[in-house]
Amino acid sequence: MDILLQQIINGLVQGSIYAMVALGYTMVYGIMGLINFAHGEVVMIGTLVAISIVTLLVQSGMPPALAGAFGVAGAALVCMALGWSLERVAYRPLRQAQRLAPLITAIGCSIVLQNLAMMIWGRNYMTFPPLIEKTQFEFAGASFTSVQVMIVTVAALSMSGLLFLVYRTKLGMAMRATAQNPAVAGLMGVNANRVISSAFVVGSALGAVAGVMVGTYYEIAHYQMGFMLGLKAFTAAVLGGIGNLAGAMAGGVLLGLIEALGAGYIGDLTGGFLGSHYQDIFAFAVLIIVLMFRPSGLFGEKTGDRA
Amino acid sequence: MKNGNSNGNGTPPLLIAEGLRVSYGGIQAVRGITFHVNEGETVALIGANGAGKTSTLRALARMLDLAGGSIRYQGKELSTLPPHRLVREGIALVPEGRGVFPRLTIAENLAMGAFCRNDKAAIAGDMEHVYGLFPRLKEREKQLAGTLSGGEQQMLAIGRALMCRPKLLLLDEPSMGLAPIMVPKIFEVVRTVAAQGMTILLIEQNAKLALETAQRGYVMESGEITLTDEAAVLLHDPKVREAYLGE
Repeated sequence: MDILLQQIINGLVQGSIYAMVALGYTMVYGIMGLINFAHGEVVMIGTLVAISIVTLLVQSGMPPALAGAFGVAGAALVCMALGWSLERVAYRPLRQAQRLAPLITAIGCSIVLQNLAMMIWGRNYMTFPPLIEKTQFEFAGASFTSVQVMIVTVAALSMSGLLFLVYRTKLGMAMRATAQNPAVAGLMGVNANRVISSAFVVGSALGAVAGVMVGTYYEIAHYQMGFMLGLKAFTAAVLGGIGNLAGAMAGGVLLGLIEALGAGYIGDLTGGFLGSHYQDIFAFAVLIIVLMFRPSGLFGEKTGDRA
Repeated sequence: MKNGNSNGNGTPPLLIAEGLRVSYGGIQAVRGITFHVNEGETVALIGANGAGKTSTLRALARMLDLAGGSIRYQGKELSTLPPHRLVREGIALVPEGRGVFPRLTIAENLAMGAFCRNDKAAIAGDMEHVYGLFPRLKEREKQLAGTLSGGEQQMLAIGRALMCRPKLLLLDEPSMGLAPIMVPKIFEVVRTVAAQGMTILLIEQNAKLALETAQRGYVMESGEITLTDEAAVLLHDPKVREAYLGE
């Protein structure tokens, strides 16, 4: 029983991170039908920028929590600029091209960004400085930390902010209208380029926050960390129904839970043949199953180009 | 002004299209047509399916690039403006097939019509005006537009276009795909809007309704304008009657 509860807690935390990253995939896909495979790398850059800022500020004597706030802000700004530039430089010229072209470009961007990060931050694992004091709580036989509480809280706040933006502001309304009918949204005076840029910028900002979460959670970062995280978050977005915001959030949390429970019980299930280090197979098993049996995902309305 | 004829009466036409050409690949859909719309009048552009009416309208709305010719509106060249700027010039299009945003509510669809405006109080007033024209929309304000019937969606599309306070309203096949019972209702609203002083360019396959609604008409055939006159005259023209009124 305590293993179950423990894995649910771990899954929720990991799932919040997936959800934050999955939103970046789903926003861009919902508006322009592009899978931005470089998004995982944007998250990675966010983590590494935050490490640099926080380390620098803490060394110069700033309290870690405050340095962390600057780290998040700095990472968000860098990632927003990066997301904007990716769209402007790499994807916009391919707006009318065949679908495969922007997809390959996205993979190319991802490779470029990884190598760029390697050149700036090096090949070695970097430690993420602690932002808040890590206190341990006990609850019904399971334990969780203040860091985990912070991750779930910040994720919930960020996602509420996103929902407010999309459902309560004029920009959000323009985003939804453009996703549903770009030509008619243009007739209403919506500049599609601006809406698409906004989707990249907002998704990248969420990615940056997620990057800091990953860093504080695992206390470690690396220029290749964006790859697997990106794939898992993409899986989460597909699981929820790509293009659908609520789907990305639910898909992220669900994937986190599946992974955590899978890792917790895989040893028992296979009679000790497979250990918890095989947890990655669950995400991709989920991806394959969803693509085979329900490609529109849990919340997707149709199997078409846009959800 | 309501009876403005092709020579005008001192004030230049609101819209002049000259030598308008549209082609898809090598195929010319519109072959150098010239027409104009005077301020305050309703002009019908009629013709069979495939005559090039919708291409003409999409070119006017900048959803298609011109292969040649010019579009002058209030003395300004339109053919180089990006589409999203047109609405700021006071041109609103009700697209063929209505083009409502299916997963936005009715109120949100109307708000999208006023996207380029920032005067909140006046927008709220205009929304009430649209609800006055279409009380049925008011009842379903919070409903998603995708759940409306075709006729209701057409009302919404017209209402949405009015929300930007256009000077020129372009209507693309408002009767298309509607239940027959809805068609006269939609045209009644078009007449009401016209009577309030709106300048309207109406593209319509239903030639009888269009000519009964408009002051002047142009007949399009295979990408060219073959006939133009007062709507009442066209309505009784033997050629028009034979070709488009099914007589």
